[in-house]
Amino acid sequence: MFGKLTLDAIPYHEPIVMGTLAAVILGGLALFAVVTKYRLWGYLWKEWFTSVDHKKIGVMYIIVALVMLLRGFSDAIMMRLQQAMAASDAAGYLPPHHFDQVFTAHGVIMIFFVAMPFITGLMNLVVPLQIGARDVAYPFLNSLSFWLFVSGVVLVMVSLFVGDFAATGWLAYPPLSGLQYSPTVGVDYYIWSLQLSGLGTTLSGINFIVTIMKMRTPGMTLMKMPVFTWTSLVTNILIVAAFPVLTVTLALLTADRYLGTHFFTNELGGNAMMYVNLIWIWGHPEVYILILPCFGAYSEIVATFAKKPLFGYKSMVYATSCIGVLSFVVWLHHFFTMGSGASVNAFFGITTMIISVPTGAKLFNWLFTMYRGRVQFTVPMLWTVGFMVTFVIGGVTGVLMAVPGADFVLHNSVFLIAHFHNVIIGGVVFGVFAAINYWFPKAFGFRLNEFWGKASFWCWLVGFYLAFMPLYVLGLKGMTRRMNHYANPDWQPYLIVAALGAAVIAVGIFCTLVQFYVSVRDRKKLTDPSGDPWGGRTLEWSISSPAPFYNFATLPQVRELDQFWEDKQNGVAYVQPAKYEDIHMPRNTGVGVVMGAFGTVLGFALVWHIWWLAAVGLLGMIGAFIARAYDTDVDYWVPAAEVERIERSRHARLQQFQTTQVAPVAAPSRQKVA
Amino acid sequence: MSSTALSASHGAFDDVAHGGGEHHHHDDGSKTLLGFWIYLMSDCLIFSGLFATFAVLANATAGGPSGKELFELPYVLGETMLLLVSSVTFGMAMLNMHAGRKGQLLAWLAVTFVFGAGFIGMEVHEFAKLIQEGAGPDRSAFLSSYFTLVGTHGLHVTCGLIWLVVMMDMVRRHGLNDATRRRLSCLSLFWHFLDIVWICVFTFVYLRGAI
Repeated sequence: MFGKLTLDAIPYHEPIVMGTLAAVILGGLALFAVVTKYRLWGYLWKEWFTSVDHKKIGVMYIIVALVMLLRGFSDAIMMRLQQAMAASDAAGYLPPHHFDQVFTAHGVIMIFFVAMPFITGLMNLVVPLQIGARDVAYPFLNSLSFWLFVSGVVLVMVSLFVGDFAATGWLAYPPLSGLQYSPTVGVDYYIWSLQLSGLGTTLSGINFIVTIMKMRTPGMTLMKMPVFTWTSLVTNILIVAAFPVLTVTLALLTADRYLGTHFFTNELGGNAMMYVNLIWIWGHPEVYILILPCFGAYSEIVATFAKKPLFGYKSMVYATSCIGVLSFVVWLHHFFTMGSGASVNAFFGITTMIISVPTGAKLFNWLFTMYRGRVQFTVPMLWTVGFMVTFVIGGVTGVLMAVPGADFVLHNSVFLIAHFHNVIIGGVVFGVFAAINYWFPKAFGFRLNEFWGKASFWCWLVGFYLAFMPLYVLGLKGMTRRMNHYANPDWQPYLIVAALGAAVIAVGIFCTLVQFYVSVRDRKKLTDPSGDPWGGRTLEWSISSPAPFYNFATLPQVRELDQFWEDKQNGVAYVQPAKYEDIHMPRNTGVGVVMGAFGTVLGFALVWHIWWLAAVGLLGMIGAFIARAYDTDVDYWVPAAEVERIERSRHARLQQFQTTQVAPVAAPSRQKVA
Repeated sequence: MSSTALSASHGAFDDVAHGGGEHHHHDDGSKTLLGFWIYLMSDCLIFSGLFATFAVLANATAGGPSGKELFELPYVLGETMLLLVSSVTFGMAMLNMHAGRKGQLLAWLAVTFVFGAGFIGMEVHEFAKLIQEGAGPDRSAFLSSYFTLVGTHGLHVTCGLIWLVVMMDMVRRHGLNDATRRRLSCLSLFWHFLDIVWICVFTFVYLRGAI
């Protein structure tokens, strides 16, 4: 009836887990009570959960990512604490099996359930606004993608309290992840949460490629697209090209665990190295999937706050595309030591070094954009400058490890850990925070508090260097990754510094939370009446903040790169059209939520071998999808009068704002350039 | 509700609505087809992963039976013919769809279903026989990859069959409108795509294996 699931699956004997469970239950109950007390369920369901509005879906992605950041970061703190303690005779406080789950969960959560939703959320929020579209190509599919991602999140969180999580490292190499060495449900949780969210990611990828290829506003040719949209396009092409490989790889591992096949086992012809190759054919493009949109965000931010057009727009586009192509021919550098031979290693070492060339070109472009600009050191700009310094260090250590000979020394050492945190924190996390600070007003209509934003930035920056520079040293001294305990007492001081660094980052995260709280509290003071708080260049800043649900009352005509900037120069940015027209919009739907819920049921049932429940989950998903196909009432028209009313009040507010200000918002930047 | 009436008169926008007004120069049919092509390419990558896996493991028979001992080419040729003919009949269905002949469209779809189901039936029979002979997916890495590759294709065809049934019912209920036409076009692409994949399976798994 319940497959492998018994009451023993709940880890009563683990005080840390039980404490967390208690906290989660209490927090959940409190949240439930608040939502119920203020009668918000209907609002949440109607306005958010069932929404197909790309802006709201984007916001929901980012909220979930922030919550998961807290989870992933508590794993990080636990590891840093354990390693700061467990030298020589001391055992620390985490038993090995628990420690192994913690580092696995940390990696999986940070990549799949923090970085990915941050990126997908940003693309959702920004891309349609930048290309002058009213939604994405398939709004329902977009909602479905989000809820499939949520069901993956739910499975990972459930694994903490029911059963266990994989203890294999974040890529679950076999044979360790095979049934023989991982007999518990941990790897199964890993597989199904990744398959569900991965399906959502693939659908998002298709959705955004079609959106960008087919829905650009009239006149916006490919080479007039904002850079963030360009990087999103390349990222989504990478998603569609890489995620199917992940699906296959995990499916084969699943077959090994569920059907007794021998793809990656030690006996009957299985080949574990094939898994390592396959997973990295997905895995290396994945890191570019994460970083490219951040490069795009930095590009927008640098140009905006340097008050200059982006230096080398075309080279930026070509560099992005080059990186996209090259990202598929470097995967083997993740396992130089695993017996490929000198010639193969040399090939992949060289391709890896080549990929740093377009990346370097980008850095120079950003520098030249800032050069002789009137740089405003706002919060997004601070993150950007912090990124430029930090990312170069990470890039250089990466090229260092691209030398196969050096990699034989550094492979699987904490030097590697320092390197990829250097590029992922310094690149992706900084980029996401820069982007959140930059585009927040467009989503909510008010800016984020500057003081707490700056405090958060400095804590993250200092904390990052404290936490990871010691790991570079330790890696060179020979400390390997994923150690629950070490005998060499010389390492301990470095690890204590690293733990302090993690604590400083924790303060940074706290500052971000305070920043949100303070900003919501002071939203009147921080309000953005113009819709263009930074003197922006791209189309999203031409509409009101928050953006109206239909985005653009009339589709903008594009003739130049940075059309909105040109329009402001020419004083035609805020001209009202003679007449408005009906706008065609997709209707909200709960089918995505339903399918996500059935997906969660399916995943949970498969993890525990509850076959009848798995059938229920699968049939539920298929049935809901087919039912959706029969639904013909999926869209509606917003009458022109309604659009006119909304737009008139926007223009009234705009005029009031411009007359009360000493200088109109668009004008000062114009004079500065002149 | 007035908006419902409005949406009925603009049925073309159906479930891929995006908010294009009259001046929006994107028609939805082309958007759906582009998206579906991209989906097919991603599916193609799934198969390419499985083909690559098969290529790596084709000789890893671990002392068990090889393809040469197991495959009965005449039987597989029969399977192949069923699937190829089903592609032709789907083509006939599409011709009738473009001509607006609903009855003949439904008839050809039914014929396609029969051939597709026949293919699946033969495949299931073949699998059952192999497992009975002790040549199941757990016997060797070669057989693991064989069953997974061929089975994934079979699973796709099964999904296609379910989709066929749904489309036949939908055409019966809703008639030939832009939505059903568009979906039939996608299904047609899907069906022919599976045919092409099968030709690769036939060539690289069965013919090469039988040598």
